[in-house]
Amino acid sequence: MTHYLFIIIGAVLVNNVVLVKILGLCPFMGVSKKLETAFGMGAATTFVLTVATGASYVIDHVLLAPFGLEYLRTLSFIVTIAAIVQLTEMVIQKTSPLLHQVLGIYLPLITTNCAVLGVPLLNVANKYNFVESLLFGAASAIGFSLVLVLFAGIRERVEGADVPVYFRGVAIAMVTAGLMSLAFMGFAGLDKYQ
Amino acid sequence: MLQLFKFKGGVKPDSNKTPSVQMPIGIAPLPPLLIVPLHQSIGGKPNPLVEAGERVLKGQLIGGADQWLSSAVHAPTSGTVLAVEERVAAHPSGLPTLSVVIEPDGRDAWIERTPLDYTALEPERVREILRDSGVVGLGGAVFPSHAKLAAAKSVPMEELIINGGECEPFMTCDDILMRERAEGIVRGSGIFRDLLKARRVLVGIEDNKPEAVAAMKAAVEKLGENFEVIAVPTRYPAGGAKQLIRVLTGKEVPASKRSPEMGVQCFNVATAYTAWRAIAHGEPVLSRIVTLTGNVEQPRNWDVLLGTPLRDFVALGKPKSDTDRYLMGGPMMGFEMPGLDAPLVKATNCIIAGSPKLFPPLAPEMPCIRCGACAEVCPHELQPFEMYWFARARNFGKTQEYNIFDCIECGCCSYVCPSHIPLVQYFRFAKSEIWSREREKNMADAAKARFELRNERDEREKAEKAERLARAAAAKAAVKKAPAESVSEVQTGDTSVAAVAAAPLDAEAVKKATIVAAMERARQQRESVQPKNTEGLTVAQRKEIAEIEARRLPLQELSALNADAQSSQRKK
Amino acid sequence: MLTAILIMALGALVLGAALGFASIKFKVEGNPLVEKIEAILPQTQCGQCGYPGCKPYAEAIADGEAEINLCPPGGMEGVRKLADLLGRDVKPLDAEEKPKQVAIIDEQTCIGCTLCIQACPVDAIVGAAKQMHTIVESLCTGCELCIKPCPVECIRMETISENIDNWKWKYPVIELKRVA
Repeated sequence: MTHYLFIIIGAVLVNNVVLVKILGLCPFMGVSKKLETAFGMGAATTFVLTVATGASYVIDHVLLAPFGLEYLRTLSFIVTIAAIVQLTEMVIQKTSPLLHQVLGIYLPLITTNCAVLGVPLLNVANKYNFVESLLFGAASAIGFSLVLVLFAGIRERVEGADVPVYFRGVAIAMVTAGLMSLAFMGFAGLDKYQ
Repeated sequence: MLQLFKFKGGVKPDSNKTPSVQMPIGIAPLPPLLIVPLHQSIGGKPNPLVEAGERVLKGQLIGGADQWLSSAVHAPTSGTVLAVEERVAAHPSGLPTLSVVIEPDGRDAWIERTPLDYTALEPERVREILRDSGVVGLGGAVFPSHAKLAAAKSVPMEELIINGGECEPFMTCDDILMRERAEGIVRGSGIFRDLLKARRVLVGIEDNKPEAVAAMKAAVEKLGENFEVIAVPTRYPAGGAKQLIRVLTGKEVPASKRSPEMGVQCFNVATAYTAWRAIAHGEPVLSRIVTLTGNVEQPRNWDVLLGTPLRDFVALGKPKSDTDRYLMGGPMMGFEMPGLDAPLVKATNCIIAGSPKLFPPLAPEMPCIRCGACAEVCPHELQPFEMYWFARARNFGKTQEYNIFDCIECGCCSYVCPSHIPLVQYFRFAKSEIWSREREKNMADAAKARFELRNERDEREKAEKAERLARAAAAKAAVKKAPAESVSEVQTGDTSVAAVAAAPLDAEAVKKATIVAAMERARQQRESVQPKNTEGLTVAQRKEIAEIEARRLPLQELSALNADAQSSQRKK
Repeated sequence: MLTAILIMALGALVLGAALGFASIKFKVEGNPLVEKIEAILPQTQCGQCGYPGCKPYAEAIADGEAEINLCPPGGMEGVRKLADLLGRDVKPLDAEEKPKQVAIIDEQTCIGCTLCIQACPVDAIVGAAKQMHTIVESLCTGCELCIKPCPVECIRMETISENIDNWKWKYPVIELKRVA
């Protein structure tokens, strides 16, 4: 049981995909201007990432590994993720227009999110089993959402601040992200008690 | 002794009230000119009912309430109307508003006043009288009182609160009114109680006004009422309606509700007094008590006519030479009067002469250090530093999320801010921006609806026209198809023509009779139709209509003459 | 090698079939984005963007055909809101920004031709043939569409001036004084 807990805490805080692994930076910078959109993006990513880790585990173990085709992993994972994203978007648009409005344009953006590709690849590298893979995927996604929402909250506030002209916009956002990253590095100290 | 409650927050500024209560209420002399703005209350703008050159009597209606939520305006004295025009208003903008300018004749001749026994009248009628007497909340909010005098349908009215809090520094107009005219206030409160059917009446007075408390207690005893006169702890803004309700009853009125829904209603003491004058003496609201204090030689309360220009009023107090501005209202919530020509209105409770010494220029605004002092003193438990942050960044959606519209602009936050940030100004700015956006949005929505309706109509008309054309074409084709049948028809037609010829005189008489009948019908129809938009017109508009009618009359007669001549010619 | 190609082809086929099936099964009519865009547009229906009304312009923006800076009545404020909604860059307005206006008919000159009534997109002009026309000021959106059709040039635009009802509190300005 503690093993699973370590996977969750490790993925959410200690090895946060965005701030420690530096994956998925485009949505992190791009969709963090408003708190509401950050929530939407976080929710969409969490959903897709969890499904994608499960699907890629199945593909890896059923289609690729038995035939010794591990070298096609990246290619097949990308295709699968793209298809899942498209499928999810269509289903949500039809079944729940409200949710679709909330997630809106962020769903297709997830296709290009490197964290969504990175997490299944990390699963393989860590030799996780199916449950662990799903857990790791979901926890990574929660970590991503957490950081995204925190960052959006900070940016909303920074917008009202007297930022020097040349620092306005992306520059101050980068500085903020850097500081957040430093702060999250602090969670590495949890390692000691592992 | 009643259990008192506390409201959160609040501050204790220096009260500075003593100088202006040393002397009794003075009756201000008649100014050479009165400028009475028509829009002196919340709600609809009253329409002017007089025009330049007209003579008016004291108490004559000069602006009629134009809807339920509106309040009438009256001539404060007898005299001649010089003009109905735009004049500078007692408003922070300094923009003009439609006002009636009256030159007093010095006789101060009243209209006929009819005292009424309100107990014999329908409550609805009493409310109408209050509206047409111009009774509004004189605490400064000028909300039409009649509109507050209805209990909620489902909740019985538990407490009626008479607000003698008067927590603003410098201001003593309610204090002195309670000292000198307590009986009128108690009687007015009785009217309110009977209209609201309130079970209890609580008079809340800050405990820094012991004379007022004593006077009110004496008046209540003398009139044999069972009102409770309660001294409440002095703390700004204890005189705010929601705060006083909280202190006296422990009820907190949520933002989504109005106080009657909580079984409580609150009126200012001066409002109760004017309501009694209006009902029992037939005197509309023509004057009010205004405190003149601050940087003047003789601070005092004056009973002053509404519409008195600021210039004439401040002369009564002999302002000191270094006076550089005049504030209307208290130092916490008031604003600077736009000029000496601006008149005193129903909302004017206090005029403070300011000088650089009395109100030193504000220290420069420093950055917010998020110390939270403003949140501690906010009587509405808001977070002013958050609202300020987003108002400053013009992120108005966020300010609304922090409930900026619950802010009563009491100024406690600005008062305690160690960075000297004019917080209230930011909130006012954000509020008026939000309102203006709302207005624009509503206009855009209405325009869209009209555009869509118009498009729909266009399409329908096009379809109808096409259908008509098609039908006409079909009919034509049908006529062409059956030329043979028409021959017989022509024959029958011939016979009818012959019949007409046989009795030519008869037919002509019938025709004439039908024409006359039709004209008569049309005339009756015209007369029975009442123009719908002629109610509540201004004098100028009515005059214009009369002129147009006068111009049309000879033309109409002419055409009638012509018609007569033609018909007689035809007869010949 | 062959298995690799086969497996990839199989995967592509399955996914492609699934997507194709889904796109037919879950087809949705209309674009919810259009409504959101239209809510931002000022609804003057003036056609200054080159589209016949606010809705067609909103549709064009949603389809990615039109720029977001073509609406002068919406002003820079509108451009900013659209950029925010669509995640596009803020661009300077393609025209001069004008204050809000209303049209006024000079009633002495009006000949009652009804041309302006037909031009008004929001039915804000009242009048009948050979009768004087007038503009209902509160309904006028200031689109200027009635100016051109008038044969006697009796319509002019007037800026809505600040009055006591639309007056707004200003942004608090801190006066900076130079010290020595």
